[in-house]
Amino acid sequence: MAEQQYQIDLGNLMAFDPHHHFPSLPSSREELVKEVLEKSTKLVQAVADALFNLPATEDPNGPIVTLPPPTTRLPREKPLPKKKPPTKWELFAKKKGIVNRKKGKLAYDEQTDSWKRRHGYDRVNDDNDIPIIEAKMTDEPGEDPFAKRRVEKKHRVEKQEKNRLQNLKQAAKVGALPSHIQLAATALPITGTQAAPRKASKNELENVAGMAATSTASGGKFDKKLLGEKPPKHEGKYRKFLPVVEGSGMGSLEKQQNDKILSKLFSKHSHEILDVEKAVNMYNVKREKKRRNQGGRSSSTTTPGKLKPNKKPYKKTSSKMGSSSNKGKSKSK
Amino acid sequence: MLEIRTPKTRRAKRAIEKRAPKLVENGKKTLILLGTKTSNVLNAILTEIYHLKKNDSVKYSRRNDNIRPFESGGEASLEFFSLKTDCSLFVFGSHSKKRPNNLVMGRTYDHHIYDLVEVGVENFKSMDSFSYDKKLAPQIGSKPFFAFIGEGFESVEELKHLKEVLLDLFRGQVVSNLSLVGLDRVYVCTAVSSNKIFFTHCALRLKRSGTVVPRMELVEVGPSMDLLVRRHRLPDESLRKETMKIAPELTKKKEKNVSGDALQGKIGRIYIPNQQVGEKVLPNKAKGVKRERREAKLKGEAKKQKQDS
Repeated sequence: MAEQQYQIDLGNLMAFDPHHHFPSLPSSREELVKEVLEKSTKLVQAVADALFNLPATEDPNGPIVTLPPPTTRLPREKPLPKKKPPTKWELFAKKKGIVNRKKGKLAYDEQTDSWKRRHGYDRVNDDNDIPIIEAKMTDEPGEDPFAKRRVEKKHRVEKQEKNRLQNLKQAAKVGALPSHIQLAATALPITGTQAAPRKASKNELENVAGMAATSTASGGKFDKKLLGEKPPKHEGKYRKFLPVVEGSGMGSLEKQQNDKILSKLFSKHSHEILDVEKAVNMYNVKREKKRRNQGGRSSSTTTPGKLKPNKKPYKKTSSKMGSSSNKGKSKSK
Repeated sequence: MLEIRTPKTRRAKRAIEKRAPKLVENGKKTLILLGTKTSNVLNAILTEIYHLKKNDSVKYSRRNDNIRPFESGGEASLEFFSLKTDCSLFVFGSHSKKRPNNLVMGRTYDHHIYDLVEVGVENFKSMDSFSYDKKLAPQIGSKPFFAFIGEGFESVEELKHLKEVLLDLFRGQVVSNLSLVGLDRVYVCTAVSSNKIFFTHCALRLKRSGTVVPRMELVEVGPSMDLLVRRHRLPDESLRKETMKIAPELTKKKEKNVSGDALQGKIGRIYIPNQQVGEKVLPNKAKGVKRERREAKLKGEAKKQKQDS
């Protein structure tokens, strides 16, 4: 009668009394513990009544009972394993009705007339053990039949590896890779042609982070530093000023440097220091302009020298300089 | 082509396969860790929980300043530890002014936090403070009984949740065969009020009662404490559904038209369609007819011959 009001989960050896509540909470702790122990003894007895009445098998160490599965449902700790999709061969075999059959570990070797292991070291019909290959009419002269066999074998192995990878990719799509591969599967190429995206290296990331950090108006001076963030590697420009005082060693370095730059410039642009065509063009255009001006306002141009420098002094000087130097040269040439 | 990295040794492969998702799971392991600050009481509790579950728990002794299970971002490190140690239960102890003697118990699913219950510990009495006959001391790894007392475990949501977590935490492995000799411990949880439970651990003494069922007697061996429920977080409903899934391979499909009987054994029922015997036209047995005719013919010839002669 009393047991009926308890909920008993025999799989977890659990009993639960959902109806009990303390009419008045015991005043002292000892009383509470005493009352609780009394109550729980009843509950445990109820579980034991069910447990000891289960059919038991005798064992030297004592009776063993078969527990029913627990009725209180508790969550799993990991998702259910997914079913591996069939490989291409398995699909084909099923279509054709090919069934796996067990092969013995040993097999008869015709070359040595003995029984050998089917796989592994010193195996049956090993390619390396063939002493003689009989020549055929179709053989090409100059070809090594042994080497040919080796190459063929290599190709077969490569093909199998490719197939295996393909099947693994298929399984990875479903999320059903074998557990021992699952952890390293990030390196699996997604497609045959595309390489997997390269992971950015630590240095690259640090550089980018540094650039981002210094891209504020203050150059990142007042920004909060992140945890583990390092100061940028190149805070400012490094300009070196060499001593200008002439001398030997360090003193001559400045001269050498400038000489180097100059000589480089000269050697590079030596052929275009004077562009003859350009110079001739400029000269022609200038002369034309001058002539037009003189012809157009011959009457009013009483003081051209006074007005012109006021208008465009820089242009005039440059043209004068250019004309004075270039004109003469170009003319002479 | 990129390489697929697989374990190089058999041992490594076995270790990885042990952690892989399985149809029938092994018992959940427990991770026990500390926050930035702990109290003496909390240290003792965590050690004793570790002792209670010695063969399937991992105890970390370092302080962790970045674990805050209830806050977003505070669980990253915890989930990593769960992955590393392959534990799906955890007990996290921390002590602060706001929440003194704080225990966070929780479960993970696929190494992500599934649910959390936070309790404060009061009136803690350690194992050492109980005096009892040491012969009764429970063996490590024995299957425990559970006794839950009080309507609070059904009516109050927090306590209902706590009950489930406590059961998951202490029940150990799910077994199908159980030796009745090895029963030696009981966890007793009593709902004292709507947010407080009294938790204690007792040893069992089996006494002869004259019948098959022995008389049970409980001896308190500790630890015993009051747990005050503070915060709790229930799992997402969709996630909960997913975790409760049963593999279709494990569920027995009902065998149709077969029934068992103690006396007759297995009984099968076969369906036979209506034979419609009355309407059936009997086949014309050609051979039989022929035979009759032949015999008639022979008779006729014999008569003729007689007449001729």
